[in-house]
Amino acid sequence: MIVEVGHYALVLAFALSLVLSVIPIWGVVARDGVLMGTARPVALVMAALVAVSFVALTAAYVTSDFSVVNVVQNSHSAKPLVYKISGVWSNHEGSMLLWVLILAVFAAAVAVRGSGMPQRLLAGVLGAQGAVAAAFLAFILVTSNPFARLSPAPFEGQGLNPLLQDPGLAIHPPLLYLGYVGFSIAFSFAVGALIEGRIDAVWARFVRPWTLVAWIFLTLGISMGSYWAYYELGWGGWWFWDPVENASLMPWLAGTALLHSTVVMEKRDALKVWTILLSILTFSLSLIGTFLVRSGVLTSVHAFATDPTRGTFILAILIIFIGGSLALFAWRAPMLRQGGIFAPVSREGALVLNNLFLAASCATVFVGTLYPLALEAVTGWLDPANPAKISVGAPFFNLTFLPLAIPLLLAVPFGQSLAWKRGDLLGVAQRLVTAGVLAVLVTVAVLAVTWGGPVAAPLGIGLGAWLILGSLTEIVTRSRPAGGFFASGNLGKALSRAAGLPRSAWGTALAHAGIGLTVIGIAATAWGVERIVTMKPGETVDLGGYQVRLDGVAPRNGPDYRETVARLVVLDGSKVLGTLEPGKRIFAARNMPTSEAGLLTVGLGQVYASVAEIESDGRAGLRLYWKPLVLLIWLGSVVMALGGGLSLLDRRVRLGAPVRSRAPAAVPAE
Amino acid sequence: MTRKQRRLTLIGSALAVLGVAAGLVLFAMRDTIVFFYGPSELAEKNVQPGTRLRIGGLVQQGSVQKGPEMAVVFAVTDTNKSVTVRYRGILPDLFREGQGVVAEGILEPSGEFRADSVLAKHDENYMPKEVADSLKKQGVWQHAPGKDGAAAGTPPTTTPAAAQGTKP
Repeated sequence: MIVEVGHYALVLAFALSLVLSVIPIWGVVARDGVLMGTARPVALVMAALVAVSFVALTAAYVTSDFSVVNVVQNSHSAKPLVYKISGVWSNHEGSMLLWVLILAVFAAAVAVRGSGMPQRLLAGVLGAQGAVAAAFLAFILVTSNPFARLSPAPFEGQGLNPLLQDPGLAIHPPLLYLGYVGFSIAFSFAVGALIEGRIDAVWARFVRPWTLVAWIFLTLGISMGSYWAYYELGWGGWWFWDPVENASLMPWLAGTALLHSTVVMEKRDALKVWTILLSILTFSLSLIGTFLVRSGVLTSVHAFATDPTRGTFILAILIIFIGGSLALFAWRAPMLRQGGIFAPVSREGALVLNNLFLAASCATVFVGTLYPLALEAVTGWLDPANPAKISVGAPFFNLTFLPLAIPLLLAVPFGQSLAWKRGDLLGVAQRLVTAGVLAVLVTVAVLAVTWGGPVAAPLGIGLGAWLILGSLTEIVTRSRPAGGFFASGNLGKALSRAAGLPRSAWGTALAHAGIGLTVIGIAATAWGVERIVTMKPGETVDLGGYQVRLDGVAPRNGPDYRETVARLVVLDGSKVLGTLEPGKRIFAARNMPTSEAGLLTVGLGQVYASVAEIESDGRAGLRLYWKPLVLLIWLGSVVMALGGGLSLLDRRVRLGAPVRSRAPAAVPAE
Repeated sequence: MTRKQRRLTLIGSALAVLGVAAGLVLFAMRDTIVFFYGPSELAEKNVQPGTRLRIGGLVQQGSVQKGPEMAVVFAVTDTNKSVTVRYRGILPDLFREGQGVVAEGILEPSGEFRADSVLAKHDENYMPKEVADSLKKQGVWQHAPGKDGAAAGTPPTTTPAAAQGTKP
C-alpha cells in the first residue's frame, strides 16, 4: 500500500512539475501577477509529493518488502539498517529519485526564501526548475520506476553490491547530488533572467548563496568519494582520472569559476553575460555528468545498468536543456545591458584571470573525458567493424590540467590582495614578500631534508605554503592597526580588527588556505612507499621508517559476509603504534570476493595494507603502503568547504533589507 | 588605458590561455593516449614493440602460472589468437581463468606483453565493455545469463554496479 502511495505521489509530482514549468512563465510573458503567484505554492507541494515518494521507497527498504523489484535486487533482510536505508540510492532507480528529491527541495527552498525577490524573477526561476523536474520525473516514471512490483515475491533479496556496502554509500551520493543538483538553481536563475530580459547586481546577490551552497556540497561530495575509493578499492590511489570522477570535477571547476564571477557581478555590475553563460554551462556539465554516469556509456562502479532506452532518454533531456538554454542565451543575451570594462590589474581583472584558467582547465578535462567516446562513435560509424578504442588516463591530465592549474594557484594570493577597480601590483607584491620568502624557505628546507628524493614534492609543498601564507597575509594586512602591530596596546586592537573583518574575507582566506593544504597532501604522495610482500606469521618488514609485523591470519564472520583477516602490527622501533586488519570478504548473497583495506593513521599520514591472497599455510600476500601527509588531501577540502560556509554566513547577514533599497546604485562611476 | 585597450587586453589574454590549453591538449594527445586491442587485432595491426597499450580478452583456461614474489604469467585469448602476459603484483579479486580481463602495459619485441596493471571485472555478471565488444567481433561472445535480470524481469544485460578494476 505504501509503495502505491509513493508511486502515486510521484505521478502527482510530475503533473505539478508540468504546471510549474508552464503557468508561472506564462505569467511572466503575459505580465499576469496571479499566474506568476502560482509558482511558490506549486513548488512547495511538488517538493512535498516527491518527499512522500522517497519516504515510501525508504520504508519499503527498511521493512525489506521483497515484493518490490528494486528492494529485491539491492537489499537483503540481514543487512544492517544503515545499509538498508542507503541501499535506496545504491541503484539506478533510487538514485534518480534522490536526484529529483534534491531538485524539488532546492526549488522549495527558493520558494521559501524568495519572498524578497522580484516576482518576475522568482516565477522564471521556479518555472525553469519545474521544467528540469518535469524532465527527470518523466524519466523516472517512464524508464526507471523504483516502485515496480514483483510477483511472486521472493523470500530473500539479492543483497547490495559488496563494494557499496560501506558508510561511504550513506554520505557520498547525497553530498555529491546536493552539489550537482544545487547548480540547477544557478541555471534556473540564468534562465529566469534571460526570460525576464533584465539582469543586475541584485541578481548576482540572490544567486550567489545558492551557488555557494552547491559548491560546498560538491566539494565535500567529491572529496568524500575520493576517500572512499582510496580505502575501498585497495589500490591506495585517491584520484584515478576516471571519466566518472571527471564528470564531477567538471561542474566543480565551472562552479568555482561561477562563484568568483558572481562576486565581480555583485560588486562591479560587470561580467554579466559571461556569468549567465557560466551558470548555464555549470549545470549543463552536471547534466552531462549524470548522463555519463547513468546512461551506461561508461563502465564503472557507478554504471548501474546498461539499458539503451535510459541512455537515449537522458541524451534527449541533455539536448533539450543544454541546447534550449544556449539557444535562449543566444537569443536574449544581446538584449542584456552590458557591464563595464575594467582595468586588467585589479581584483576584478584577477577574477577574470581565475575564470579563464578554470574554464580552460575544465575544457581540457572535458576533451580528455569525451574524446574516447567521440572517437569510438565516429570511427565506429565510418567503419562499424573496427571502432578505435582508446583510453585517456592520468598522463594526459598531468600534461594538460596541471600546467593550467599551477599558474592559477601561484596567482591566487595576488588576486586576493588586489584592490577593486584599480589595483596596485607593486604594493601587493611588497605585502606578499614575507609570504613569498617564507614559502621559498620552506621549499629549500624540505628539499634539503629530503635530498635525493623526488624534486616535485618540495616544490608542491612550497606552493601549498605560498597559498596558506598568502591567504594569511591578507587577513594580517587588513587587521593591521595604524602604527603597526607592536606599538603599545596595538596587539589587542589588531585582534579585534581581525575579528571584525567581514566573514567573507575570512571565508576566502580559509578556502584558499584549504587548497594549499590539499596541494601539500598531493605533493607528499611522491614520498609514499609501496611494498608488495609475502609474509609468514611473525615476520617483520620495513615500511618508510616504520616496521610492520604479521601476527597471524584468522577467519571472522560479519552480519552478511565471511572474511579472512591478516592481523598486522605497526611498530616504530619497539613501540607499538597500532594494528591493521586488512581482509578478504565473501558476501553470502553474491558470492563475490572483495578486499577490505586496513588503515592506521600516524600523524597526518597513514599506513595502508591490503590483502592479495592468504595461503593455506598461513602466509599472506600483502600490499603495504606508507602514505605521508595523505590526510591533508581531504582535510584541505573540508577546510575549503568551511571557508565556503563562513562566506555563506556573511551573505545571510547582508541579504537584509538595505540591499534592495540601494540596489540600482551598485556601480559607482569610475 | 583606454576602453579599447582594456577590451583588447581581455580578449588577448583569453585567447592566450585558450591557445595554451589547446596546445597542451594536442601535445598530450600525441603521447599519452593508449589504444585497446584484442589478441587478434594485435596480431593484425603489427604494433611496434615498446608501444604502450591495453589488451583485453579472456584469461585462457590452464594458462595461469604463479612464480615467486607474486610474479604471474597468463595468456589472454579471444579463442582465435592469444597473447602471453607477464605481470608482477596483486591481481584483482575477480581474476580467474576463463574470465574477462584487461591489461595495460608494453608489448615486448618477443611478442609477449609486460603488464603493469591488470583490471578484472568486479561483479560475476560483468564483462568489461571492451572485452565484450572484442569477443563479439570474434563471434564467441555468449550472453551471460544474468541472475538479477532473470529474477526481476528486467533486461537480461543488467549488470548491477560493476567496477572495472581500479576505477571507482
